[in-house]
Amino acid sequence: MMKLGIPKEIFPNEKRVAATPASVLKLIKLGYEVIVESSAGKSAHYEDKDFIDAGASISEKTEDLWAQADFILKVRAPMINPDTGTHEAKLMKKDAFIVSYIWPAENSELLDDLASKGTTVFAIDSLPRISRAQKMDALSAMANISGYRAVIEAASCFGRFFTGQVTAAGKVPPAKIMVIGAGVAGLAAVGTANSMGAIVRAFDTRLEVKEQVESMGAQFLELDFSDEESGGGGGYAKQMSDEFIAAEMALFAEQAKEVDIIITTALIPGRPAPKLITAAMVESMKSGSVIVDLASERGGNCELTEPGKVVEKHGVTLIGHTDLPSRMAKVSSDLYSSNLVHLLSDLTPEKNGSPNVDMDDVVIRGVTVVKDKKITWPPPKVEVSAAPSPKPSEETKEVLVKKPTFLDRWLGKGALLALTLAVLLGVGGYAPESFLSHFTVFVLSCFIGYQVVWNVTASLHTPLMSVTNAISGIIVIGAILHLVAAEDGTVGIMSFIAVLIATINIAGGFKVTHRMLNMFRK
Amino acid sequence: MSTGFVSVAYVLASVLFILSLGGLSHQESARRGNFFGIAGIIIAVGATIAGVNMGIGSTSTIILALVIGAVIGLFLANKVEMTQMPQLVALLHSFVGLAAVLVGFAGHLDPLIKTAGAEHTIKMVEIFLGIFIGAITFTGSLIACGKLQGVVSSSALTLPGRHAMNLLALGLVVVLGSWFISTDSLMPLIIMTIVASVLGIHLILAIGGADMPVVVSMLNSYSGWAAASIGFMLGNDLLIVTGALVGSSGAILSYIMCRAMNRSFVSVILGGFGQTSGSSSAGSADGDLVALETSIEEVCEELLSAKSVIIVPGYGMAVAQAQNAVGEITKILRDKGISVRFGIHPVAGRLPGHMNVLLAEAKVPYDIVLEMDELNDDFPDTDVVLVIGANDTVNPAAMDDPDSPIAGMPVLEVWKSGQVVILKRGMASGYAGVENPLFFKDNSRMLFGDAKESVDKLLGILRDG
Repeated sequence: MMKLGIPKEIFPNEKRVAATPASVLKLIKLGYEVIVESSAGKSAHYEDKDFIDAGASISEKTEDLWAQADFILKVRAPMINPDTGTHEAKLMKKDAFIVSYIWPAENSELLDDLASKGTTVFAIDSLPRISRAQKMDALSAMANISGYRAVIEAASCFGRFFTGQVTAAGKVPPAKIMVIGAGVAGLAAVGTANSMGAIVRAFDTRLEVKEQVESMGAQFLELDFSDEESGGGGGYAKQMSDEFIAAEMALFAEQAKEVDIIITTALIPGRPAPKLITAAMVESMKSGSVIVDLASERGGNCELTEPGKVVEKHGVTLIGHTDLPSRMAKVSSDLYSSNLVHLLSDLTPEKNGSPNVDMDDVVIRGVTVVKDKKITWPPPKVEVSAAPSPKPSEETKEVLVKKPTFLDRWLGKGALLALTLAVLLGVGGYAPESFLSHFTVFVLSCFIGYQVVWNVTASLHTPLMSVTNAISGIIVIGAILHLVAAEDGTVGIMSFIAVLIATINIAGGFKVTHRMLNMFRK
Repeated sequence: MSTGFVSVAYVLASVLFILSLGGLSHQESARRGNFFGIAGIIIAVGATIAGVNMGIGSTSTIILALVIGAVIGLFLANKVEMTQMPQLVALLHSFVGLAAVLVGFAGHLDPLIKTAGAEHTIKMVEIFLGIFIGAITFTGSLIACGKLQGVVSSSALTLPGRHAMNLLALGLVVVLGSWFISTDSLMPLIIMTIVASVLGIHLILAIGGADMPVVVSMLNSYSGWAAASIGFMLGNDLLIVTGALVGSSGAILSYIMCRAMNRSFVSVILGGFGQTSGSSSAGSADGDLVALETSIEEVCEELLSAKSVIIVPGYGMAVAQAQNAVGEITKILRDKGISVRFGIHPVAGRLPGHMNVLLAEAKVPYDIVLEMDELNDDFPDTDVVLVIGANDTVNPAAMDDPDSPIAGMPVLEVWKSGQVVILKRGMASGYAGVENPLFFKDNSRMLFGDAKESVDKLLGILRDG
């Protein structure tokens, strides 16, 4: 049985924790033992006592925890402790496991260090973005929180209501918000701003997200530009052509003059954040406007934002916080810890408290960046995009539902009409008078039935059926007439049975309809 | 009583029947419509008995038959569970079919009106047709009843060359018909009855369970046409009017059901759906897709935190008899100020309007039970959708995948809502044999287990909370 260790985060201002009392319960069910460093959850408002109640043990000293744990669960990548000067990786047991944010592309030294110790490293940020992995997708979970918080931060720096109001003291216009980048964070920002009553517009280079943006209640800003294929694989955006960027910048410049708040979330994997809001655009914005730059940690989408700080330039407040999830430590710890529980439950299908790193599983393969002293990053590429490849399917659809041409329809209807006329003429020409009068009644009744039944509401189709069924028991009249006139026994018996079963039909049909109709109430 | 009075009574009865069907167009007037129907039939039967001159003996025989029949009918109608409604309706159809056969034979053996020449030929045709339709209705309805009851396997029976067999039977019937008309003998009539009976059995055996709404309404229509043919045979206008009303009503219902499945009437009647196709799209579900499971507690929380909930019931709810618990859940949620509505697909269940009847039984107000078309645009504004025992009617493949066997069928677009919870026994595909991509959508959660048990547990938690 392995011991899971939950250390206290040492990154400055990091308030999240990798396990909560609720997740500890689930981890124990997977067969693990859980040790939590004293006050690890304090800044997320989880006390040591809560962890003990959930079944974890508390380790007072950081070194003890790292020395005991076979599997470290944490948020930030291992780093040098600013207080003691020791690197967290140094504290680790040999051949242990660790899961946290790693950012393998930027931390090759850390990977080498961990590999030399025989550590198996799971980088939660390297999870393949496929449906099955969504329950462990910490990036999305955190982005969702960042998007929400970005709007809240903007609102607190913005001097007006989001929603338009007409008050006795005068009219207040609604705030106009532009969100750039409609990933998880962007969509969350759109939804939050929309629910606060603002007018929201969103832009993304990937046209495939238009529907999602609209479903969250925003207007999707489109470029007047030939459609460029812009999904970069794995659900991310990619670098665009120069013409496209020029058109895009013109759109932003125009919008900057109009909107009150800009929230930027544009990131391209493996590159610094694209500069989308220039100094000139900031200058053109109304005084009192706010820009929240969610990409500030990777250089920022706005030229003037300063990572980690709130500054005011040209009368515009520029918010460059890099710790938005940490500002909502409770919910972000809840979601992050539950992402980890999902990962661990996939790692330990037998619930025996020992992880089984199955490199044939796409998700586990993707998340594992160091195994058996070898760096296994980057994983082989998994191609999944949110957009279905629409073109071929549309073509086949067209073939499939090929509408009959005008001629086809006309021919079909004409033939039917001609046939009906011929039959009517035939009947009229040869049938005797007595038949024709019955025939007239029959045809007219069909039409009456047709007119009446179309009006029946769909919810009453079952009662309609049982009533018509009861009415069709009218055949009893024929049976009665025969029973009366019956001369020989056989016909008599047959008619008797016919009367009997037709009556069953009548009585049963009406009674059951009555029962049903009595149940319908407003 | 003179024949004049009888005729007037018949006209009155016909008018009452039309008013009866007209009354069913709205819930408010539906009960009145039913009473019109009852009044019509009592007037018609009363006038018939009063109109013929007969001895005490035959009157008492008639009364005896009527009383026995009424007692049996009322007994059946009182005993039946609302979930068994499709079986009962099918069984009652078979009675009309059998009655038509019997009256047809009686009319041939002991004709009430003596005819000759062209009139006689026409009458022969009428007898022949009446018995033919009656026999198909009789055996077909019995099989349908058996399928709905689960006595007969509900999957479609696809014999090799079944279309050829049906055509052969039809050809045989035509030959027998000309024999009958030229010789006036009983033999071809009896053979034809047997052939028609077998044809009825085979036709319905070849149609699978979920097409039952079409089958039952089709048989409803047949029973009407059978009554109309008997009416022609007897020269009785009341029978003709009633038969035509019932016949067109059933035909319209079948048409509505077929349109709801985007399939032609012919393809439903020829049967065998879902057995031959279905493999084409099964491959699209690669191993990468995994449906996320949820728990009763989570569903409960989601429901309570929602503003607007839509429940989509299907045949599974009827099978599990979960409607009463669903009704109570609806009441609890509505009392808490949550908007709850029901979305009914036209072919949900085994009878047109089946779900409406079950929900009415569970005391769900009918004004929150909506049709697919009334509701489909509201899904994006809905927080939680509970899918209870429905599958093909909520399958997005019908819209997205042109290769799917159900492509083009209108479906309830539940996936556009905030969260879909699917109550289901296991991951098996629906009746159409099509994989349902809905289960793998990001906002879908599966709640596995028997629908009744799950709903009962949900109700328990909601009551306590």
